[in-house]
Amino acid sequence: MAELLRTHPLEGWSTRVERLPDTVRITVEPYVAMVDVRLGAVPAEASAALGVDLPTTPNTWVPAGTGRAVWFGPDEWLLTSTTEAPEELEARVRAAVVPLGGSATDVSAQRIGLRLTGARVRDVLAKGCSIDLHPRVFGRGSSAQTTLGQAGVVLLALSDAGDDHGVLVRSSLAGYLADWLLDAALEFTTTPAS
Amino acid sequence: MTSTHRAPEGGRIDRATTVEFTFDGQTLTGHPGDTLASALLASGRHRVATSTKLGRPRGIAAAWAEDPGGLVQIEEPFPEPMLLATTVELHDGLAAHGLPGQGRLADVPDSARYDAVHHHADVLVVGAGPAGLAAALTAARAGARVALVDEQSEAGGSLLSGTDRLDGVPALRWVAAAVAELAGHPEVLHLQRTTAFGSYDDGFVLALERRTDHLGAAAPKHVSRQRVWRIRARSIVVATGAHERPVVFADNDRPGIMLAGAARTFLHRYGVLPGRQAVVFTTNDSAYDAALDLHRAGVRVQAVVDARPEGSPRRREECEHAGIRVLSGAVVTGTQGVERVTHALVAPFADGEVGAGSAIACDLLLVSGGWNPAVHLFSQTRGRLRYDEALGAFLPGEQLDGLAVTGSAAGVFDLAGCLADGQRVAGAALGALAIPPAGEDRLPTAPEPVVPAAPLVLWRVPDTSGAEGSTSFVDLQRDATVADIARAVGAGLRSIEHVKRYTTIGTAHDQGKTSGVLTSGITAELLGIPVQDTGTTTFRPPYTPVAFAALAGRDRGRLFDPERVTALHEWHVAAGAVFEDVGQWKRPRYYPQPGEDMEAAVLRECAAARTGVGVLDGSTLGKIDVQGPDAAVLLDLLYTNLMSSLKVGSVRYGVMCGVDGMVIDDGTVLRLAEDRFLVLTTTGGAAKILDWMEEWAQTEWPELRVHCTSVTEQWVTLPVVGPRSRDVVGTVFPQVDVSTEAFPFMTWRDTTLDGVPVRLARISFSGELAFEVYVNPWYAVAVWQRLLEAGRSYGITPYGTETMHVLRAEKGYPIIGQDTDGTVTPHDLGMAWAVSKKKPDFIGKRSFARPANSDPLRKQLVGLLPVDRQTVLPEGSQIVEFLADGRLPPPPVPMLGHVTSSYRSAELARPFALALVKGGRSRIGETVHVPVNGTLVPVEVTGPVLVDPEGARRDG
Amino acid sequence: MQLIACPWCGPREEVEFSYGGQAHVPYPDDPGALSDEEWAHYVFFRANPKGRFAERWKHSAGCRRWFNAIRDTATYRFERVYRLDDPKPVIP
Ligand SMILES: [Zn+2]
Repeated sequence: MAELLRTHPLEGWSTRVERLPDTVRITVEPYVAMVDVRLGAVPAEASAALGVDLPTTPNTWVPAGTGRAVWFGPDEWLLTSTTEAPEELEARVRAAVVPLGGSATDVSAQRIGLRLTGARVRDVLAKGCSIDLHPRVFGRGSSAQTTLGQAGVVLLALSDAGDDHGVLVRSSLAGYLADWLLDAALEFTTTPAS
Repeated sequence: MTSTHRAPEGGRIDRATTVEFTFDGQTLTGHPGDTLASALLASGRHRVATSTKLGRPRGIAAAWAEDPGGLVQIEEPFPEPMLLATTVELHDGLAAHGLPGQGRLADVPDSARYDAVHHHADVLVVGAGPAGLAAALTAARAGARVALVDEQSEAGGSLLSGTDRLDGVPALRWVAAAVAELAGHPEVLHLQRTTAFGSYDDGFVLALERRTDHLGAAAPKHVSRQRVWRIRARSIVVATGAHERPVVFADNDRPGIMLAGAARTFLHRYGVLPGRQAVVFTTNDSAYDAALDLHRAGVRVQAVVDARPEGSPRRREECEHAGIRVLSGAVVTGTQGVERVTHALVAPFADGEVGAGSAIACDLLLVSGGWNPAVHLFSQTRGRLRYDEALGAFLPGEQLDGLAVTGSAAGVFDLAGCLADGQRVAGAALGALAIPPAGEDRLPTAPEPVVPAAPLVLWRVPDTSGAEGSTSFVDLQRDATVADIARAVGAGLRSIEHVKRYTTIGTAHDQGKTSGVLTSGITAELLGIPVQDTGTTTFRPPYTPVAFAALAGRDRGRLFDPERVTALHEWHVAAGAVFEDVGQWKRPRYYPQPGEDMEAAVLRECAAARTGVGVLDGSTLGKIDVQGPDAAVLLDLLYTNLMSSLKVGSVRYGVMCGVDGMVIDDGTVLRLAEDRFLVLTTTGGAAKILDWMEEWAQTEWPELRVHCTSVTEQWVTLPVVGPRSRDVVGTVFPQVDVSTEAFPFMTWRDTTLDGVPVRLARISFSGELAFEVYVNPWYAVAVWQRLLEAGRSYGITPYGTETMHVLRAEKGYPIIGQDTDGTVTPHDLGMAWAVSKKKPDFIGKRSFARPANSDPLRKQLVGLLPVDRQTVLPEGSQIVEFLADGRLPPPPVPMLGHVTSSYRSAELARPFALALVKGGRSRIGETVHVPVNGTLVPVEVTGPVLVDPEGARRDG
Repeated sequence: MQLIACPWCGPREEVEFSYGGQAHVPYPDDPGALSDEEWAHYVFFRANPKGRFAERWKHSAGCRRWFNAIRDTATYRFERVYRLDDPKPVIP
């Protein structure tokens, strides 16, 4: 039998997303392995076993191999990897944290990642995000779990200029958020579609 | 019609361009920069509408949002009711007509866009008049993040309405320079046409920006017409200016009667002469500016009527120099005219007594009773107001953290004072925010202020007309008069809030901008108490009306309520599914084939699942990964039954209750490892149950080493259901031995499909042989298609939630939230078997011991079979029983319970229902009745399990 | 729109939070040992003061952590927030 085909929730949006101007670029970043990690304390062994210092400052993220480690709570992180299969990442992280009293759960399909780049991205996000995204406050390395429009999201600041953001959204709400973003970006398109 | 009343020069209008508009069907012209009101006045038209109750002619009485007279309905470019002619910017093609206080909503959808933007600022300055601009400059120069919002089309505030000079040149040159300087600061957001309409907690201000209204038909369609700015400011400077207040006298509502300051605005800002012959009635010095300016512009000023015994010696001298008669110690007692004022009745006034009067001809009567600082935002923020006896006005009466009032909003009425106060207030705000001030913060020099003569506080002129105050209007929009206030006071009302509600004063479109303080003053006078004691009514947002469309913003249509969809949604759409909303989820309800209605489709789908094989997208089921050494301990505390004894590889059904012992959710639990469970919840319970588990784990038992993680969207769940399900699942997953012996009911097995992990579970929500297939949603479409492919020869039939409900109801499986309502225990559902007697405790256990829970008359879940084998009982129907004599008890007829689920069954070939019935289990075999459309349908009470009560089918 | 300071995330809009009622009402050690009335008090009865009140809140749309707060029920002002493992402050 042929290999199982993968599909992601925003395949139907690709042409509309491609039509956006450079000031508001939306790139869909599907099929990223993600694990939700729970760990009461972060001992040195954890860093060694995971290959990353889990950030302990609330609302921050750090690079972790090919992915990121995102603070989710005082004992919770999201670890992502663009090179491992979901089950591989879960197995590796579980092996590292279970002996330390932690746990790890594959949540790769729970959320889908979008990357928003361009000079107008902050203006688009400000239409539905109540937290202050000014680069003075929300520079590279910042993260936030909050609400964008009516969808819960994880926001990641990927640049210091406020022009590069990662957005993780529940897969079931990805279509809503894509519609929301396209609608929010409409005023920045030079030749608006009807 | 020509612009008969346009001044030959002046004004901030673009005289080189003419725009055409229609009002009440008449074609008129104006210029860009005009408002509808200024263009009407330029055409000699004061009258705009008739009043709402009395039908009296009403006209333009002010120049901006405080106008109580000029309500219009816009027809073009898009119908919109209840706007003020004074705040509608003129554009080509505008069509409007006057309104008698009530408008008409459009009967076509509004195609304009509306949106909202969040903004954060160190300092928010509301108002771009002299004080506001000074404050904004001071804050911007210090490098603060500044937001400056102003409701007019251009900055300047009161400077737009006058002839002030700064640094020896016209003040508007400084305004232009200030605006340009602010534009050069990257951290400054400066918005004109933006009204801060509400001030809330923690520095939160809502402002409405009118972005394209002034463009008319040229407004770009992809830009929002109006925008709600949701501004969060660390510090707020309120520089909102002041509203002029009229004096009440008989027949004070005729077109042509206008606030004195408004006439100056129309002259200087719009180049309009609002009349040819004016009388100016005042209690203070400010109206003299209007008299002198109009005189210079060519208006014949018949007299200045100054209620103060001595008037203002300095201003009198200026007037006499200009040849204007000044009558001190005099008042206007009434007016004449029908469509427009023709005469002012002027009489001497001393010690509150009015003498014999005479009529002075005029087509414009200007009135000034002093100025009310616009303290709305301060008051909305719960700032306390104090009454100032000298000004006859309410002023901020306390310091608020993070919000300061400056300029004339704070009672500072001279230009030099406003500039200095704005700078001072901004400096203090910066200090509180620890932002160092700029080294250089120069403001222009204003002329040395002249101290005005003391104003007289005069709310109303005694009514000598014989009308006893019934034509002395306090609130023109509500047609409410001094007589109405007197009636309220006479009826015993003392509180100003009660007077407001009794008279309706201040409840109209303008929310009492001109009438509010007058009402306080007149009420105090009638009660013989100080105005301070009556106070004002509460200022509430919005400051000016805001369209619901603007508040809704982009949350309309598709974006109104988010739709959640599963990974198979596109397939369902392509298959023609009819969807059902389950919370925010879109779930296929049934898949009609050509010619089928829901009933036919569901009968077909049910038959397939009971006799062949069906397949469902069950992905919306809630899923929670519970991990940790104490995972079983937590589950034992939360489920009514024992979960710690569950073996790895097995599945158990469980019920959760609240502390009150009532069922809150049910579902199956898979033990994945000694320290790991997968908990399944109902679709609706997914978020609630995760929260419930987290709440206990975090707040009550933090010592338990267990973590709960939502995996609802990590797994699609595809139940393959029916006698042929084993064949289908066995074909698609050949590595799994799907025999009953190797893969018994209520167990699960892991396998792979082309290397992709897949979990299979023998769980049945239909009573049939069934396998649930779990896989990462990335592969959902591929796996679904493999199942369909493998099942084709068995007639595999996708089915929706309606069929799922029928199948489960035939088996008596309740849906929590449909067959229960928060007052139902597991015992009521006939699930005593799912309540552990071994566990020392679990949530809800103690409540089961309450005597009420063992009452034999509790409502219990039973089945109902309509005796006629035809009627599908409406869900929610009540259940009644006959007396022994076969008749209904007398009203009120006792209700035994209600129908919770009701369907037509393919399997039973008749309709059936589930119901909660008092003492239901003891009534099995009895006949009760259900009223349906006025007739009583006899139904037999049965046990809830109507199909395969022995459970013979679950293994195929 | 009020701001509530999550002890972890800092100030966020109140819509990100959910309310959990009176704080410091522990689950009884042995519910079985309680009279019906005592049990009913645990299940149904909560204080409802005008003024300062120790309450439970959860940052639902953010870090999903429960915390406690002293809030004035008359002014809505949050006077302080504290973590679950912090001792109950003395309410003046
Ligand atoms: Zn938080």
